[in-house]
Amino acid sequence: MPSIDVQQLRLDFPLLQRKTYNRQIVYFDNAATTQKPSKVIDITSEYYQKYNSNIHRGVHYLSEKMTEAYENARSTVQKFINAQHIHEVIFTSGTTDSINLVAFSFGEKFVHEGDEVIVSHMEHHSNIVPWQMLCERKKAVLKVIPMNPAGVLDLDALESLISPKTKIVSVAHISNSLGTINPIDKIIAIAHKHNVPVMIDGAQGIQHSIVDVQKLDCDFYAFSGHKIYGPTGIGVLYGKEKWLNEMPPYRGGGDMIKNVSFEKTVYADLPFKFEAGTTNFIGAIGLSTALKYLNQIGMDKIIAYEEELKLYAHRKLIAIPNLTFYGSSDKKAGIFSFLINKIHHFDTGLMLDKMDIAVRTGTHCTEPVMSFFGIQGTVRVSLSFYNTEDEIDYLVESINKVKQLFK
Amino acid sequence: MTIDETQNQLVEEFSIFTDWTDKYGYLIDLGKEVPEMEMKFKNKQNLISGCQSQVWLYTEFKDGRIYFHTDSDAILTKGLAWLLVKVYNGHTPDEILETEPWFIEKIDLAQHLSPTRSNGLLAMVKKIKIYAMAYKAKSST
Repeated sequence: MPSIDVQQLRLDFPLLQRKTYNRQIVYFDNAATTQKPSKVIDITSEYYQKYNSNIHRGVHYLSEKMTEAYENARSTVQKFINAQHIHEVIFTSGTTDSINLVAFSFGEKFVHEGDEVIVSHMEHHSNIVPWQMLCERKKAVLKVIPMNPAGVLDLDALESLISPKTKIVSVAHISNSLGTINPIDKIIAIAHKHNVPVMIDGAQGIQHSIVDVQKLDCDFYAFSGHKIYGPTGIGVLYGKEKWLNEMPPYRGGGDMIKNVSFEKTVYADLPFKFEAGTTNFIGAIGLSTALKYLNQIGMDKIIAYEEELKLYAHRKLIAIPNLTFYGSSDKKAGIFSFLINKIHHFDTGLMLDKMDIAVRTGTHCTEPVMSFFGIQGTVRVSLSFYNTEDEIDYLVESINKVKQLFK
Repeated sequence: MTIDETQNQLVEEFSIFTDWTDKYGYLIDLGKEVPEMEMKFKNKQNLISGCQSQVWLYTEFKDGRIYFHTDSDAILTKGLAWLLVKVYNGHTPDEILETEPWFIEKIDLAQHLSPTRSNGLLAMVKKIKIYAMAYKAKSST
């Protein structure tokens, strides 16, 4: 018995009802972005219609309402990830922005010439490039935790990579191209043993797990609103107070200051120190609405259903002859990266599109992963709780059709 | 045959396909039939890099006319690239510069030339035109 009523929940997502070419869309590109429930779409529209007004400092009715809603949204995020303090939740434009913030600000304060930053081999470019830029700026060294052919990180290697010069470790919660669920608790424990803080790229983690940042004891956790059924252009950086207080601001501007004179500017306290300029305040309300929607269904139920669906998809997909899968960790999310024997990923993606199936093809912004396997790209199917077994069956049927077409 | 005559011919050929499987099946067949480019020409200089698939384009200029050779790592891209080559092959730089590949839209494959489809085909059209400009400049000096 499914733990949630999927057919009923699907009705909450207007986009899932639409046809693309010949039939109702089968949306398997959830790792790229998720669809939005009506509640998120409606509240966004409602706030623009009834409450739009810039937050903080306004004395008028609308500005107060908007500020209250924005700060309530922060509180919803705080509870969702169980952060100790509300000011440990910084609104950003997304995961990329959050990582850039830490790479810049943490790097500015704590990373110096000859120091080391550790990432892993399976990171999204967003969790590589900002650190590379930092290393270039500070003449620091970027080190990489290796992975094995199953797409599992070598934690023994991490232990030996950490040195007294290591200043931070930054790894993905879940790999976007392989689906590996990394043992972030163990990674954090290893790094902390050496007093090294850890940043978790939660872009693929937050929507498929229960994240308790206090229990995890991570120093930073980043995620995007649009990958957890919220709007685009809003994201979160969670950071431990002790780090955020010591880090200099990332951007200068309005709202991030206590007072300004041409001689000296005093920065605002957390979280505003890191929220320069007008933030995406209505986006934040959309995000909190999405989180409340998930809470209403129950994250535990979502996770249980997604696990069931993943196992079903796994069984069905591996039964198709001549498919090569990339990423075969025991601990995997509902992300399947594969190639059909000798058929280019672009060809497969294009034909699946014609059959109304949305998948992603290419490198998935993880070129080092593709180089590791010696391939140009893969076809990626990424699941969400609104996907069904019927859709998986249709995918299998369509993959077989692609094989026929290219025979 | 002029470039426009070839384009008209392609539009007619494609008009018999009633559904996407026939049309793309034809492109797949084309992609398979077109001979592979010799490895020595599959170099960096001839590579048009798309995010999704790669296209190679190599040209020869003989008696005032340009001859194109193409290949791709994706079959469909190769089929589409070959259609472009078929249209422009053996024409003078002026003829090539004057004529747009309008047939692509007529046969309802324009989506593959859109800038959002990073398969290298739009870049290939630009490259064809750039070659034409370069050969034109070269032959007039």
